[in-house]
Amino acid sequence: MSENYRNNFLKEVEERVEEGHWVKMCMQCGVCAGSCPLGPHWAHPPQEIFMMIRAGKREEVLTSDSMWMCTSCYNCVVRCPRKLPITHIMHGLANLAYRLGLSPKNQTTQKFASMFWNNLAQTGRVNELKLSLGMYFKDGFAQGIKNAMAMQSVGLGMVKAKRLNPMELFGGHGIKDKSGFHAMLKKAREIEDRRKNFA
Amino acid sequence: MADMKVAAYICQGCGLGERLDTAALASVAKKEGKAAIVKEHAFLCNADGIKMIRDDIANEAVTHVMIGACSRRAKTEAFGFTDVCVSRANLREGVIWSQPETDEARETTQEMAEDYIRMGCAEVKKMTLPQGDPAAVTDRTLLVVGGGVSGMTAALEASKAGYKVVLVEKSGALGGWAAKLHKRTPGKSPFKEPQETPVAEMAAAIEADANIKVYLNAITSKTGGAPGRFEIEISTESGATVVEKAGAIIQATGFELYDANKLPELGYGQSANVVDQAGLEALAKAAKGSPIKRPSDGGEVKTVVFVQCAGQRDDSGKHLPYCSGSCCLTSVKQAMYFKESNPDIDTVVIYSDLRMPGNGEDFYRSGQEKGVIFTKGNVSSVEAAGNQCKVNFHDVILNDQTAIDNADLVVLATGQVPNSGVDIDTKLKAEIAAAGGDNSLMEAYSASQVEGAVQPISVLNLTYRQGPDMPQLKYGFTDSHFICFPYETRRTGIYSAGPVRRPMDMVQAMEDATGAAMKAIQAIENAGLGRAAHPRSGDLSYPIFRKEGCTQCKRCTVECPFGAIDEDEQRFPLFNQARCRRCGTCMGACPVRVISFENYSVETVGAQLKAVDVPDEFSEKPRILILACENDAYPALDMAAMNRNVYSAFVRVIPVRCLGSVNTIWINDALSNGYDGIMMMGCKHGDDYQCHFVKGSELANVRMSKIGDTLKNMSLEEERVSTFEVAITDIERVPQLINDYAALIQKIGMSPMKGF
Repeated sequence: MSENYRNNFLKEVEERVEEGHWVKMCMQCGVCAGSCPLGPHWAHPPQEIFMMIRAGKREEVLTSDSMWMCTSCYNCVVRCPRKLPITHIMHGLANLAYRLGLSPKNQTTQKFASMFWNNLAQTGRVNELKLSLGMYFKDGFAQGIKNAMAMQSVGLGMVKAKRLNPMELFGGHGIKDKSGFHAMLKKAREIEDRRKNFA
Repeated sequence: MADMKVAAYICQGCGLGERLDTAALASVAKKEGKAAIVKEHAFLCNADGIKMIRDDIANEAVTHVMIGACSRRAKTEAFGFTDVCVSRANLREGVIWSQPETDEARETTQEMAEDYIRMGCAEVKKMTLPQGDPAAVTDRTLLVVGGGVSGMTAALEASKAGYKVVLVEKSGALGGWAAKLHKRTPGKSPFKEPQETPVAEMAAAIEADANIKVYLNAITSKTGGAPGRFEIEISTESGATVVEKAGAIIQATGFELYDANKLPELGYGQSANVVDQAGLEALAKAAKGSPIKRPSDGGEVKTVVFVQCAGQRDDSGKHLPYCSGSCCLTSVKQAMYFKESNPDIDTVVIYSDLRMPGNGEDFYRSGQEKGVIFTKGNVSSVEAAGNQCKVNFHDVILNDQTAIDNADLVVLATGQVPNSGVDIDTKLKAEIAAAGGDNSLMEAYSASQVEGAVQPISVLNLTYRQGPDMPQLKYGFTDSHFICFPYETRRTGIYSAGPVRRPMDMVQAMEDATGAAMKAIQAIENAGLGRAAHPRSGDLSYPIFRKEGCTQCKRCTVECPFGAIDEDEQRFPLFNQARCRRCGTCMGACPVRVISFENYSVETVGAQLKAVDVPDEFSEKPRILILACENDAYPALDMAAMNRNVYSAFVRVIPVRCLGSVNTIWINDALSNGYDGIMMMGCKHGDDYQCHFVKGSELANVRMSKIGDTLKNMSLEEERVSTFEVAITDIERVPQLINDYAALIQKIGMSPMKGF
């Protein structure tokens, strides 16, 4: 309780969240909350998230699935009278929660984001076949078969139109200098960790 | 009267020639209007037409001119002859533009025009040329009461404009409220940081100004006279009394903070660590730039909570009901005091609506950038616990009943209470409330009348019959119309400026004081020329009073909205022309009709309404008299006509200076002359009045509510006299009101009073 409405968490957000220094500038008008197409599905719209940060509700914010609900439509950013980059802040908060291991488990967006990243980081290219199959089977084998069957005609159509190569399932192709690419990612991670104070 | 020579001019321009038979109008002016000269002109307001009139005035010794053309509100420069009496028959807006252009309507349109010619001729013959006040004098000195930022601004501005100033300050130093501040909210771009107060700089400028004479430790113990010739007794602390003369007065007596002792639930008085905004300024001043310490034990301050709207915007009736419009700015500024000494100090502003007037939004953003936390919430209580406080509040955004523990300092943003002196209408307000079934005000009033009760202290100590201070409108602030004429009070030549007029911050107060100084200078100059101030600026006429007929009923002295009329030793009304706004409310009030203006009197209007040709009972042509306020209703009628919003051809409109000037004799005369209905159109009255003379339309309404008996005595229906509130924007509504009323008259039938 004694940390209520103190600057501690706000300062952490400013330090560790992309564009986090904007959070203090929110004037609580609620235009973002009213503009969000997914508004009804959020536990806390951006306006509330910002207020919670200022109220020092660290656990509640970081374990919330709210920022994971952002679809990056940028409606709020366009409308915000204080010009807050709300979409970026939402992704930044999600990232912080993930890095701290506080983000909700089995949150679809989070799962997809991790898969996408891992998929990309391996070869430097996104393997669409593996990524989509990964999504189909994320909830278990039986559900995966069901999902795949449901999408069968789309998949076959893409194969026919040469938009999807079934052979990609076996390795697939990547960029030329993979080890250079991995080194680059590693370095970037190091820089980010240093800047955001992750051990 | 022997050398009166009336000339009537009828214009044929703007379609008048096509729509009306101007030759017939000319013959009406000649035969019935008894005009010595009658001329028609194709384009009366052009150089040729004006020359024709000018020549007649010069060569034919014309003294009275009747112009049958457009509304009296149009072509005022062209027809603004100052050496002859002028009346205007409104044929354009009043007739052809407000009547349908059809063959069927031609007859009634012509009848209307002929009536307006008759009325114009009748009116002008009863007018004399205003001579102005031969005794008009003025003293080009401005008295400023209050030496705060508002008062000092007014003094310096007036001095810069070349006027002498006498500045009276109750305390021992100039500066007022601002002198108590550590720093002020920013008044200059970029509006990001608190600034030094202007007190030292302004006080030095005043010191160096030979035009400004300052009385410290002094009060205005007696204020008499009128604009141009106020006489003020200034009593100093030493007991000496000095008499100063002034042409106009500015009251800039500022405000006190609302007493935080009335807020024990917010911890005030329970802990030394709960202060109001003045308390924090004192702490900041005492700290002299070093970090502000906790008052209870001198400990380090780590958390400060600002409680906005403390005892303000309160609808329970216990505290101030209004927003003071400056405390949010002040709290941001005070939070910055802490952030400046140590950015790690947590400062939380709990607000219900952050109101940052002027460039305050930039200041708010600056506060956010510095890390001040703003949270929308309602504070329910502040609990003192040792050297710290717990602030319990409801976070409105998160819908969370929560608390901030361990607050080292709590600052209550209590509001501004004006220093406006005595409320001269306490008794009246109590009577009105009692009539409405609320006796609380009357009880308070009776308690104040008991011997030994604490009496409010007057600021101006006016010797006016109506009381020692300026009338107040709401919440103790001096009366002025916020939108239409913000500087004008109900005491001509006396202006209020700064937070005594309405709650405001320093930027606004300085602007307000500058405006008030300019208005005061206008009043000084007008007084010297014997001219009226707003809204009849420049009017030279003034009430003439026939003492022989006066019954000393005192209605005029009581009802004058501007306190212009005192009583002499013999208890006759004593008119102070320079205080008068020329509304004619006294003329409307006078039961024996001994008050008149040279160009506006019971006769000028009475003659007009009697000049109208009233057709007999079987003609199916009723006659409806409209007495329209010249400030709002008459322009609304003109504008309706410009939009060609058609209304009944049976109305005859007479503009009046204010509905308050309507004397009931006009109503009697109109009814006994066979009019079928009377519409009185005035401005909105009440707390959010629009009456340019403040009380005129209200008084008219009260008088007319009592006319029912007269109507009954004449065996007439009550609907035959009706009052309407009309705004200047009612250009659609006014024709509708007229048409509805005409239909009503049609329904209740023609007046039986015709032909007597």
